[in-house]
Amino acid sequence: MSVTVRIPTQLRNLTGGLGEVPVEASTLRDAIGALDANHPGFRERVLDDEGGLRRFVNVFVADEDVRFLDGLDTQVSDGQTISIVPAVAGG
Amino acid sequence: MDFVKGLRCRECGRTYPVEALHVCDYCFGPLEVTYDYDALRRSVTREKIAAGPLTIWRYADLLPVSDAAPVDLGAGFTPLVRADRLAAELGLTELWIKNDTVNPTASFKDRVVSVSLTKARQLGFKVAACASTGNLANSVAAHAARAGITSYVFIPDDLEMAKVVTTAVYGGNLVAVRGNYDDVNRLCAELTSEHPTWAFVNVNLRTYYAEGSKTLAFEVAEQLGWQVPDHVIVPVASGSQLTKIHKGFIELGKVGLLDEDEPHVRISGAQAAGCAPVANAFVEQSDYVRPVKPATIAKSLAIGNPADGWYALETVRSTGGAFASASDPEILDAIRLLARTEGIFAETAGGVTIAALEKLVSNGAVRPDERVVAYVTGHGLKTVEALAGTVAPTTTIDPTLDAFEAALDAGDLSDGA
Repeated sequence: MSVTVRIPTQLRNLTGGLGEVPVEASTLRDAIGALDANHPGFRERVLDDEGGLRRFVNVFVADEDVRFLDGLDTQVSDGQTISIVPAVAGG
Repeated sequence: MDFVKGLRCRECGRTYPVEALHVCDYCFGPLEVTYDYDALRRSVTREKIAAGPLTIWRYADLLPVSDAAPVDLGAGFTPLVRADRLAAELGLTELWIKNDTVNPTASFKDRVVSVSLTKARQLGFKVAACASTGNLANSVAAHAARAGITSYVFIPDDLEMAKVVTTAVYGGNLVAVRGNYDDVNRLCAELTSEHPTWAFVNVNLRTYYAEGSKTLAFEVAEQLGWQVPDHVIVPVASGSQLTKIHKGFIELGKVGLLDEDEPHVRISGAQAAGCAPVANAFVEQSDYVRPVKPATIAKSLAIGNPADGWYALETVRSTGGAFASASDPEILDAIRLLARTEGIFAETAGGVTIAALEKLVSNGAVRPDERVVAYVTGHGLKTVEALAGTVAPTTTIDPTLDAFEAALDAGDLSDGA
């Protein structure tokens, strides 16, 4: 599956400034692995020491928070967009 | 000059300069403003504060920006009201209401917006923006108008009519987004990457913005004669306000404004049952704040994925507080209870606070002998729709003396006591 990953400012130093990166993946976990292969260091920025998503990283597949889906095992399908977004406070 | 030393990640401790940064570049943890507390201790006095303006800016030394002419509509120094009639109903001996409904745009958001837009202007931003559940929308639109800068305000498209009107009237750009607040928030977080020259007060300016809520603690302590209360009840949406109220009390001790250097204030949190991710984690004794899909009339608290939820949980636990959540009918009852006993008309979030206080008293988490402060942070006129069908004229009569006397005799009216 070819999916597009939207990269927040904080990680663009790893992607050569690119705000969107295409990867081949069938799950979110695959996608992060593929990103790390192409842009070394990506994984440790997004995942914690136990391999889970960092507390202040939100990831959306097709605009749905993966914490409502299957987390890192969330399936992705061809043409979908994955967004990595820092958690922000509201009001 | 100000007393800011820099920014520091709450998670991994990396430090950053004083710029428009809101999360740690490494781990995405939230950044916290750090101050030179030793210098503050030498400089700040009760007398200096008392001589300042009757706004949040009397505490300028303890805020992350210094400006002789801040972006200011007069936020802050709102009444702290001794609430004996409500206390009697609830079984408390000393209860105070921090009535933050009377700010310039009728909610506590004026505090954080005044601070963040003053900082934004100092950092060179020309555009103000925010994601909002309504109260922030009002405040950003108004303060941007006051400062003469462009604004882009993003809100969920199902917001209360009053909050739409009281934002749109200021003439900035108001963008209604088809989705809930968490959708709006995500959109704005992404827009921040695409429009880095815009000051999203609660995204890229959040580090400074959040500091404005400390003034809710500063004022309460000053209004109690530089004493801290035993226990405070704070509504929780993102969790930021609760953690900053705690930080505010701690800082007052650190800089020597209190009689004690390490004040102890128990902090309890209030959420709506239809959006209670932090209260749920507290009840389940979990460290994981599981996101929820909000379904509550308390739209200003309807954040299903609260960014500072974990810190709010940690603060409540470490201070010996508790959480309670209130259903929609309980929220409406509590709005009427506060109005009936104290003459204060709160929005739904204030209803959540009072309803939660009621529960915390009945389960013993709030003790009858404590000096308690409840934060009521938004005005009821913003959410009148929520009360539709629950309050109405006592009776309707023809314009004659006979008609009125007949209504009295029929027992339609009460003597009010």
